[in-house]
Amino acid sequence: MADAPISLWHEFKKGLWQDIPPFRLVLGTCPTLAVTNSVENGIAMGLATLFVLLCSNVIISAVRKQIAGQVRIAAYVVIIALVVTVADMFLAAMFPPISKALGPYVPLIVVNCIILGRAEAFAQKNPVLPSVFDALGIGIGFVMSLATMGVIRELLGFGSIFNFKILSEAIFEPWIVMILPAGAFMVFGGLVALVNFISHRRSSGIIS
Amino acid sequence: MNTVLKMFLNLVIIGSVSGVVLAVAFHYADPMIQANKEKELKEAIFVVLPDAKEYRALEKTVGSDKIVVYQGVGANNAPVGVAFKADGGGFQGNIGVMVGLELDYLKLRGIKILDQVETPGLGNRIAEPKFEEQFKGVEIAPRIEYIKNRKPEKPNQIQSITGATISSDAVVKNINNAIGKVIKAFPKEELLVVAPGQTDKPKATH
Repeated sequence: MADAPISLWHEFKKGLWQDIPPFRLVLGTCPTLAVTNSVENGIAMGLATLFVLLCSNVIISAVRKQIAGQVRIAAYVVIIALVVTVADMFLAAMFPPISKALGPYVPLIVVNCIILGRAEAFAQKNPVLPSVFDALGIGIGFVMSLATMGVIRELLGFGSIFNFKILSEAIFEPWIVMILPAGAFMVFGGLVALVNFISHRRSSGIIS
Repeated sequence: MNTVLKMFLNLVIIGSVSGVVLAVAFHYADPMIQANKEKELKEAIFVVLPDAKEYRALEKTVGSDKIVVYQGVGANNAPVGVAFKADGGGFQGNIGVMVGLELDYLKLRGIKILDQVETPGLGNRIAEPKFEEQFKGVEIAPRIEYIKNRKPEKPNQIQSITGATISSDAVVKNINNAIGKVIKAFPKEELLVVAPGQTDKPKATH
């Protein structure tokens, strides 16, 4: 394990571009489509997911040798639901304003396939430390993706960013469709195409 | 046999440990969550009745419904308005609204959304001040209505949120229902005198 720092860095970095959810790793598209109609919502959902992903990756990689393969999915789902429920109660008890702002997002995380996907693809095969870096990379990648979706949709749909008016309604008629589900699909499709296009050009050596 | 036993033990242990952790977390968190809700409810009363200095909780049972209203009492010990909570289904779950009503039962003093789990970015904009403010001074007769995409034309109308008609509709419906029940249960004469009994002063945090 002489190259441990390099591989940890690799585990972290892959979530930021090579495996960035949800564009490359097409998981967790449900929250991506549902809650990115403003930057603020996107970032809140991303951070909440990052937190749960980190906890579940740590717990699952710590107990990975004790879990029988046949029941692993059931076991992971229980662990993930536990983390989410406790986090939800903790926020409601200690930080009511944050809990109010995050209200509907937190329970949604249980069904986010990124969490189960990383448990299955990474945490169950790797020790705790690389799993932490994997969770941080994928989680931060997810925050970036949701924020990007949020910027595009909020700017076109409301003419604002972070609820701050940028395009005045005198010169720009907001595209209501961008804040509705149809707009989410259009932006998502466009970004997947863009990311694939850039990766393809990179791997075929046109852009180094 | 060995694998079966291992699978069995795995799930039993994970299930029981999770259960215990949840029970412990709930045991500590629940009283605090309830206290937070209580505090929020009290604060909401003073939001919808801004000139109230204290309030009295009044309770009546009509059929199987228990109706609770909060009579706001102003500076010179005179009633200033009545507040009550309106609950009902929204797009995804319960929407709880604190409603403030004039004592003459003609206009709303204001509303404050307390609980909602509507879609982030669409339905949950019912909890934004921009939507709540519209209800200030809205006439309640014959009932409150909403219209889409236009400025309200009549004194009993508000404008619904674009892309969240169901949530806007639910708020209006809840308020109308609750107003109906309160008006039936509490004839206005009863609220013109300050009720005896339990009082609560606002917390000094404003």
